[in-house]
Amino acid sequence: MTNTVNAADTGGATGAGAPAGGADLRLESITKRFGDYLAVDDLDLRVPAGRFFALLGPSGCGKTTTLRMIAGLEHPTRGRILIGDEDVTATRAHQRNVNTVFQNYALFPHLSILENVAFGLRRRRVADAEARAREALALVELDHLSARRPAQLSGGQQQRVALARAVVNRPHVLLLDEPLGALDMKLRRQMQTELKTIQHEVGLTFIHVTHDQEEAMTMADTVAVMNAGRIEQIGPPEELYDLPRTAFVANFLGKSNLFTAQVSGSTGDWLELGFGPHLTRLPAARAVQSNGQVIAGIRPEKIVAVRPGEPGPGEHGWTKVSGGRVLSTSYTGVSTEYTVDVPGAGEFEVFSQNLRSEVFAEGAEVDLWWDERNVFGLPGDSDTEAGVEEV
Amino acid sequence: MSARATDDADDAASAADAAGPAGSAGAVGTTTAGPAGKPGGNAQERSPEELREHRRRGRVGMMLVVPGLLFAVAFFAVPVFSLLAMSLYTRPEGAAIGVYEPGLEFGTYAEVLSLYWEAFLRSFGFALIATIAALLIGYPMAYLVAVRLRGKPLLQGLLLVLIIAPFFSSFILRTQSWRLILSDEGVVVGFLKAVAILPEDGRLTATAFAVVCGLTYNFLPFMTLPIYANLERMDLRLIEAGGDLYASPFETFRKVTLPLSMPGVLAGTLLTFIPASGDYVNAVLLGNNQNTTMIGQVIDSRFFRAVDYPQASALSFVLMFAILILVTLYVRRFGTKELV
Ligand SMILES: Nc1ncnc2c1ncn2[C@@H]1O[C@H](COP(=O)(O)OP(=O)(O)OP(=O)(O)O)[C@@H](O)[C@H]1O
Ligand SMILES: [Mg+2]
Repeated sequence: MTNTVNAADTGGATGAGAPAGGADLRLESITKRFGDYLAVDDLDLRVPAGRFFALLGPSGCGKTTTLRMIAGLEHPTRGRILIGDEDVTATRAHQRNVNTVFQNYALFPHLSILENVAFGLRRRRVADAEARAREALALVELDHLSARRPAQLSGGQQQRVALARAVVNRPHVLLLDEPLGALDMKLRRQMQTELKTIQHEVGLTFIHVTHDQEEAMTMADTVAVMNAGRIEQIGPPEELYDLPRTAFVANFLGKSNLFTAQVSGSTGDWLELGFGPHLTRLPAARAVQSNGQVIAGIRPEKIVAVRPGEPGPGEHGWTKVSGGRVLSTSYTGVSTEYTVDVPGAGEFEVFSQNLRSEVFAEGAEVDLWWDERNVFGLPGDSDTEAGVEEV
Repeated sequence: MSARATDDADDAASAADAAGPAGSAGAVGTTTAGPAGKPGGNAQERSPEELREHRRRGRVGMMLVVPGLLFAVAFFAVPVFSLLAMSLYTRPEGAAIGVYEPGLEFGTYAEVLSLYWEAFLRSFGFALIATIAALLIGYPMAYLVAVRLRGKPLLQGLLLVLIIAPFFSSFILRTQSWRLILSDEGVVVGFLKAVAILPEDGRLTATAFAVVCGLTYNFLPFMTLPIYANLERMDLRLIEAGGDLYASPFETFRKVTLPLSMPGVLAGTLLTFIPASGDYVNAVLLGNNQNTTMIGQVIDSRFFRAVDYPQASALSFVLMFAILILVTLYVRRFGTKELV
């Protein structure tokens, strides 16, 4: 937004008038079945108050179902839901201090924008409902449209009304179900920043559902990657990206080169790995499993490709894999993406920043180098294709 | 819907919107283009292309309404006019029964009003009660099928057929059956007597109650179907949103579902009230000759028994006019504003 300063001003005013701050959210072994279908499978989750928490996962993995259970629109088959210290499992939606920004906004078409925003306040008999609703509309910079009907607004404006309608109630937990899904890329980026600003100002616990990994990583303090009704891994975005603990996370969050390797020994804090005729090492702390067959992984941008025989970027602590052949090249401007076939080890994706103008042609011979501190180790029985996006 | 937009035209944009059907596209464009959504004074400006489009649409529209217009002229305007003319006919001195000649006898109106005002009032009263009863019965039925059973098409279809099924049998037959149901030896009367709601010598046949029952029953589908059609289109996520925003199920119904279904309720009440107030079959078959006479019955007897065409025409005309006024007042009151 061009006038974030303005938003910050009004936001401060809004914050002063209402009890700010979210509450902890805890899900204890939540399970949801639809008939025979297990949509959410024994899910445990704890979101501390005031966090921007992202729930990331492919379509159909149970994100919406999880949110709906938190909101009280769906009841879990098993398990408990706690907000703050209160067990809300048995309460109904209107009794929970939780609000949702629905994916399709679900604005009331028969009410003005102002009345839409004031709806929750009026139901709770808040005295200055209208004034507060106006403040919330100012927070999303739509106060000049308060008399309109939802149908007279653009998609982005409706989205902001939906946000104002939820935020104005100062719920303990705010749920956002892919709220940016319907927006175009530019508006999406803009709203991401805006959402983040608003969350910072009102200090509520935000649970943001998305299947856009970039969105999750740029916005959230904590990301949970969900797959087939279960949470695969939770952590700060950098940690999840740097040290994935499952093949699904390694592939779903960015890209990874995963290859089967044998642990051939260990020296101090390092595990030695053999894959095909090649050798590499990884820090023992970065391996899920420290003996037998493992799946080793390295991110494409952490691999450096050089002409055969040329010196690599470093000597000590670097692995050199020689004999690679470029299978395909795709130039994206800032970087070039190669697929390199390494005999005995499989194919490697390499993202090379275009620092120099040299671009390897298809069929060129290359040596691959990587810093061994960047290698991670996954269980030997992982499916290396799990979580790979089908294009 | 467009009437509603006009109603709330509190800013320049919507005012421009309401300026004309073809103007709306242009006005919306202006609205989104302006940063603050305030178009300048050029909301009326139109390019030659827009004007041509406007004219073309006008021509196509004209062609499409021509058949309906012809039909309306032939079967509505002409009969109404001859009805009006007939109501002013005079009876020449010493003429045989049923012989009238054209005239301007306005006295017939005063005459029929003073003679039959009671039947008029009763007709509207019965129709009103039947409409309210049909609403109370029909709305929950429509709600059940359209909202509660959403996603269960088989059950929905079955119940819809049940709602429409009465239409498959003849109107007269259906009304006759009510005589059986409410007959002195029937279960209903027997039960009501047993629990002492009805006195020992009480009866239901040939009472106002029976007539209203018949009216309610016969026009129930006209109430239920429009409401169903309306609720059927409603986005159920709005109900969830109501719950999410601290509204109890009842409050959600009152503040979200009911206002959104008002167009259906409006259509249903009109479709029930209008034919019910002019109906005479129910009063004939289920009523008596003293205190259940509806205006349709009076018109029938004036026309076919007394062969008093001017009176029958005047009555018909008054009935039409009264309904028109009542409906206009009703639509004015509830049609453009929500019952919030
Ligand atoms: N009411 C329901 N009845 C039966 N199955 C359901 C129901 N709701 C959801 N499911 C199933 O549960 C699974 C999880 O659904 P959910 O809507 O939570 O997915 P999601 O992660 O939100 O996906 P998306 O990203 O596409 O929105 C899906 O396979 C879906 O088909
Ligand atoms: Mg979803």
